[in-house]
Amino acid sequence: MSVFQIDFGSDDSAQESAPPRVVGIDLGTTNSLVAFLDLTAPKVIPGSDGLSLVPSVVHFPIGGEPVVGAAAQRALLFDPRNTVYSAKRLMGRGAADVAGELALLPLTVAPGSENVIRLAVGGREVTPPEVGAYVLRQLKQNAEVFLGEPVTQAVITVPAYFNDAQRQATKDAGRIAGLEVLRLVNEPTAAALAYGLDKRQNGTIAVYDFGGGTFDVSILKLQEGLFEVLATHGDTHLGGDDIDNLLLRVALEDIASEWGADLSGNNEAVQRLRRAVIDAKHALSTVPVATIAFDDAGREYRRQLPREVFDQLITSIVDRTLASCRACLEDAGLTPAQIDEVVLVGGSTRIPLVRQAVRALFQAEPHTELNPDEVVALGAAVQAGILSGAVEDQLLLDVTPLSLGIETMGGVVSKLILRNSTIPASATEQFTTAVDGQRNVLIHVLQGERELAKDCRSLARFDLKDIDPVMAGMARIEVRFLIDANGILHVSAKDLRTGKEQAVEIKPSYGLTDEQVEAMILESFDKAEEDFKERQVRETRVEADRILAAVDKAKQDDAWFALPTAEQTAIDLAINELLLSYHGDDYVLIQQKMEALDHASRGLAESMMNSAVRGALKGTKIE
Amino acid sequence: MSSLPADYFAVFGISPSLALDLPELQRQFYVLSKQFHPDRFARASAAEQQYALDFTSLLNDAWRVLRDPQARGEYLLKSNGFEAGDSRSNPPPSELLEEVFELNMALEELRHGDGEARGAIASALERFLAMREALDADRDALFVRYDANREPETLRQLRALLNRRRYIENLVRDAQQALS
Ligand SMILES: Nc1ncnc2c1ncn2[C@@H]1O[C@H](COP(=O)(O)OP(=O)(O)O)[C@@H](O)[C@H]1O
Ligand SMILES: [Mg+2]
Repeated sequence: MSVFQIDFGSDDSAQESAPPRVVGIDLGTTNSLVAFLDLTAPKVIPGSDGLSLVPSVVHFPIGGEPVVGAAAQRALLFDPRNTVYSAKRLMGRGAADVAGELALLPLTVAPGSENVIRLAVGGREVTPPEVGAYVLRQLKQNAEVFLGEPVTQAVITVPAYFNDAQRQATKDAGRIAGLEVLRLVNEPTAAALAYGLDKRQNGTIAVYDFGGGTFDVSILKLQEGLFEVLATHGDTHLGGDDIDNLLLRVALEDIASEWGADLSGNNEAVQRLRRAVIDAKHALSTVPVATIAFDDAGREYRRQLPREVFDQLITSIVDRTLASCRACLEDAGLTPAQIDEVVLVGGSTRIPLVRQAVRALFQAEPHTELNPDEVVALGAAVQAGILSGAVEDQLLLDVTPLSLGIETMGGVVSKLILRNSTIPASATEQFTTAVDGQRNVLIHVLQGERELAKDCRSLARFDLKDIDPVMAGMARIEVRFLIDANGILHVSAKDLRTGKEQAVEIKPSYGLTDEQVEAMILESFDKAEEDFKERQVRETRVEADRILAAVDKAKQDDAWFALPTAEQTAIDLAINELLLSYHGDDYVLIQQKMEALDHASRGLAESMMNSAVRGALKGTKIE
Repeated sequence: MSSLPADYFAVFGISPSLALDLPELQRQFYVLSKQFHPDRFARASAAEQQYALDFTSLLNDAWRVLRDPQARGEYLLKSNGFEAGDSRSNPPPSELLEEVFELNMALEELRHGDGEARGAIASALERFLAMREALDADRDALFVRYDANREPETLRQLRALLNRRRYIENLVRDAQQALS
């Protein structure tokens, strides 16, 4: 028996048999963060700096190890050519797609970037999934340190409007970071999940997610824990970055006319000016006038930016988000008045004009109770809980944002799975041969809403190989297109004449091959073990503090003075030994000394207990 | 591992039929989703995961088709050996030829900036909507009749009706697009 109630921590054997924990990660254009499900509530996990938000920036110093987060963000100011930000905008894209974008980034693109962009930074070449992987690895490490256990499985969020290649690239990033991606979840849907936790009512909700690089809107029906997405719309190239670019252009022109100097070729100055316009933009969310303040080579630039002017500048950007919302409503077959709740997600929804526009469109006061920076990661943690079985009363039914089709005669696309179909979804199509003895059939799969293949996004070419040589038109190959719950396409084929599986060779239009991803897998930090120990030491010390305080207090009690001297000495000795072990880093030793103290003070505890009982009896005795 | 349901109707445990109780079907859809969704099997064996994926995609495909009367009718026709025929390649039903011709004229005029064409398109749209409504009533009656008699003749009539309705649906869409 012990009055000090020493708790030697949780039962390790029980922990070992528990299934591995799944974390939820918001891999954002601007910021990323990781969350986990603590009992029933999702919580964000802080990094070593105490902040949970990790800037999605990676600095590749020449000859050095990559640096992630806030430190990399600082590097943006002194080493912009080797520092990558907004890499998410490059995910699943080729150089031609992002030529305009790259012109604004101080980065060099290596040759051979048609299908996957290769950035030449820090004397090496990196692809966007690798940049993402460095950010993910940092988050993984933060989670491991915080949770004191290895983290190998994750749910990662993606913009709802991401196409197949962008989703695949995100999954690749996870794998490169040493994470098994159990699920990709759409960001607005994740936000709805995070909100749904405390408000389990039924109704129709719209999630408006305006972040740094992307815009998404999703409309969901909620009933009895079922989150059913009715429609989703968006733009993977519309976000706070675009506002920054706009302000940057204005400021550069302004400076050019004021100083007679064009700074646009000066990467380092442009990055500092970008920082200055972003600061002004953020300030304008709370004050009516902000100043863009910038100095270069002894010259000063100060420009007052009233909110009205800012609002005018960004009106066309905000209008684009509203057009998306209207399209989404139409697809859901709803009018704005039929939306019960509106949820705001993403840093750019802090802009007053944005809030005003959303309020006006949906005629509803938007929800902002949850931190817009955290809500997506929190929702990802809930989805992680659904997958691990910890959350049983909720389920997400999401949709595919883009129609899937195949190219037919004349470059026309024949749609097989329409946008906003609940996923997983599938379609089968029969193919045959056009020439006697033909052995191969090539299928070109695309995503998008337009009629012609050239206006849609090419996903991949699937080559049906080794077809039995038969007369033209006799072959019967059934191809099954399956979009899984991640929104990623899988293709399989069967020869209906033989019933045999038909070989399919996949040639993705954008992205890395499996082998390439395999070769990129990063060394994990392997610090988890060390960090786990550190945490144990910290926690054991806290426990020791508690016991020492309790013994100290007991030494004021009458029971202490009634104790035989030998016992008093034994206790004092045990205290000394515990204090000696306390400053070492051997937590097992500290625990042993704690146990010894507990043992030595057992008599004291008992007599204190007895006198307490006697006192209690005295008090209740009826005289 | 149990095998997958043979067709969209079997997913919901019903025999192929056309007049369906949609609210009940929707309730079933939610019940089955909660039971079989892949998210419920993330920690299960590979075989169970595959089954959950296959079953749920079939369930989603089935619900998508069966809840839409046009798609449901076409699905049943197809599984009875009637190819519905692609509306794009089909010529317009003869009694609609004149209407279609006039609509195309008006659309063309509108494209060339003739605002007056809007009136013609709007009134055409109204006629199309009325036709669609009448067809819907006929279709529902055919659905009930087929469920009772299961005769190929009913399916032949249904095929003609659905082709016509699909055609009108396209006209409605074109007119609405031009007006919006
Ligand atoms: N107070 C603010 N006012 C206006 N914009 C803001 C504010 N705070 C953050 N932002 C903008 O929000 C964007 C980042 O939002 P976030 O949701 O983190 O994006 P992402 O999910 O794309 O990483 C950036 O463009 C940032 O400038
Ligand atoms: Mg975001």
